Amino acid sequence: MLESVRRLGRLALRFLQRLGKATLFLLGLLGALAALCKRPGLIVKQLYSLGVLSLPIIAMSGLFVGMVLGLQGYANLVDFGATSTLGTVVALSLVRELGPVLAALLYAARAGSALTAEIGLMKVTEQLACMQMMAVDPFARVFAPRFVAGFIAMPLLAGIFTAIGVLGGYFVAVKQLGVDSGAFWSQMQASVGLVDDVIKGVVIKSIAFGWVANWIAVFEGYDAIPTSEGISLATTRTVVNTALVVLALDFVLTAIFFGV
Amino acid sequence: MSAVTHSAAIPIPDAAPLITVRNLSFRRGSRIIFENVDLAIPRGKITAIMGPSGTGKTTLLRLIGGQIRPDAGRIDVDGACVHELGRRELYQLRKRMSMLFQSGALFTDLSVYDNVAFPLREHTRLPESFIRTLTLMKLEAVGLRGARHLMPSELSGGMARRAALARAIALDPMMIMYDEPFSGQDPITMGVLVKLIRTLNDALGLTSIIVSHDVKETASIADYIYLISDGSVVDHGTPQALEHSRSGWVEQFLHALPDGPMSFHYPAPTYAHDLALAEGPALA
Amino acid sequence: MVAIKKLELAVGVFVALGLVAFFMLAMKVSNIAELGEDKGYKVTARFESIGGLKIRAPVSLAGVRIGRVANIGLDTQTYEAVVTLSIDPQYDRLPTDSSASILTSGLLGEQYVGLEPGGMDTYLKNGSTLKLTQSALVLEKLIARMITGAADSEGSSKKP
Repeated sequence: MLESVRRLGRLALRFLQRLGKATLFLLGLLGALAALCKRPGLIVKQLYSLGVLSLPIIAMSGLFVGMVLGLQGYANLVDFGATSTLGTVVALSLVRELGPVLAALLYAARAGSALTAEIGLMKVTEQLACMQMMAVDPFARVFAPRFVAGFIAMPLLAGIFTAIGVLGGYFVAVKQLGVDSGAFWSQMQASVGLVDDVIKGVVIKSIAFGWVANWIAVFEGYDAIPTSEGISLATTRTVVNTALVVLALDFVLTAIFFGV
Repeated sequence: MSAVTHSAAIPIPDAAPLITVRNLSFRRGSRIIFENVDLAIPRGKITAIMGPSGTGKTTLLRLIGGQIRPDAGRIDVDGACVHELGRRELYQLRKRMSMLFQSGALFTDLSVYDNVAFPLREHTRLPESFIRTLTLMKLEAVGLRGARHLMPSELSGGMARRAALARAIALDPMMIMYDEPFSGQDPITMGVLVKLIRTLNDALGLTSIIVSHDVKETASIADYIYLISDGSVVDHGTPQALEHSRSGWVEQFLHALPDGPMSFHYPAPTYAHDLALAEGPALA
Repeated sequence: MVAIKKLELAVGVFVALGLVAFFMLAMKVSNIAELGEDKGYKVTARFESIGGLKIRAPVSLAGVRIGRVANIGLDTQTYEAVVTLSIDPQYDRLPTDSSASILTSGLLGEQYVGLEPGGMDTYLKNGSTLKLTQSALVLEKLIARMITGAADSEGSSKKP
């Protein structure tokens, strides 16, 4: 009994220790931002590998999620003769929840894990130590550009995911199931608010998710034990922790913005 | 120079050493890596630090480079105490130090050319045409001018190390630290590297520190050798002097003898006791 | 350098796509017009009950959306709901004796305010009040009425 309480205490302490380390790391990242402003090229390069290369999976997933929403929504609404509200159903689910959340989860799997692995491998192969010995700060040269690029990419990806999802829903509802096109869009427009739904949903949520997803990914790489096993553990932790934190954060944000 | 076992006095082979290490102690957890180590690295010479694997030779280089801090003692590089410098001064000092890592540590996302140009682009505001000239000069010095478009993954181990060497001399440093430059290389590559290290040292007026356990190659170019074992300096002197050392340990290490003061066995209770053959207490 | 140009191009396309996506979300999915200041004229209507009517619900006439619910309040004297409607300025020829009722789109759809035009020659303007209103149908009351109605008709043993 006493032993299990102690184990709980140890776990809590270890968690706090890691959280403290991650916070210090974040401060280091923010401290390197000034130096980064002089080198926008570094961010562009990372925007390519984090944003552009994530585009296919984001676009495909958005399309399918939108199409599924269209089908499911139709199947449920058709019994009440309310298929004209399908546009509302599809758009609200995407804009408020599915767009930012799924985009963040896909981002963690596609880009976050790669980020962790890349930084972890740079650590294993002494590239980071070498950079330090060359008097180049890895925070300014390696960590901060990746963090900032990811932070910029996340809202863009979430926006693309959501927009393509709405188009996917439109395709299924209007082209396949014969819902009236005008009703689809006008019902959607009537109930989706720019500030209340689009800004509070996609924009703010994806900014928050981008912050934590990239923080976790870069930190896990930085903190990885420099062995092949350590890196594989770190990549796994990136995906798992990002998923957990994003979903928990989503609950909090939903409660704040959309809770009654 | 006479061979002194366990140097208590501070050995200063030259008048104004570039690096002096005094009473250095460093431990990792409870494991002692260094205990009261004194070293002096003379300017313009090649100094080798040799010892068996796992004696913390790489750690010593990292201590000199200021990447980790000693628990006691001090390290002075060119008159400045490394671990007392602020971040800015340390980075200024590091621009004049250079280190060749064991793996080469080339940046895998950059080509050979961009790797060599990296320190120039980071630390200077030279126009690209200037950087190109300098980079090609450094690549020519290591014989890799033709390989400049290759990516690090396309290089052999020896080529990677030469490319890393070209990068290490890009900023014309005052010193280079070589971490195991010969390990895992074929004889021809080793020969090339040995010659390269010597040539660069003399041509550029560098101070070189080689950390290695490859006795033959290191002894062939080193001007002065420190032998480290179990966290302290066992012996030091010129290669010739060490050759005639009467210390059993030095002889065993330099001539790669399997038997000698250094045991093949990790400390253990007697074999018979472990196998439960002996009666009574076998462990001292 | 060619590689870097290509990379920059790809990143540019990516950022542009992201902006287009947000533009679409703003213009096509949501209604950006509501963000601008409300240019419509205000008409109030009093209802006994508004059911589940919400702010921003559409106001429509003959199925055409002509405005929105701008505000919902309660008159503490009469215990009536006071609904302020914002009617788009181009619909400025609505007779003053028009009636407003709270309707539901579909069985479970959103509630909205439906206007029924009257026959007067004077038109509604800013600050007018609609006299004729019909409250929202509350499902529970409807069901209750049906049940009591069924109980009443049992005696006469006639089924409608």
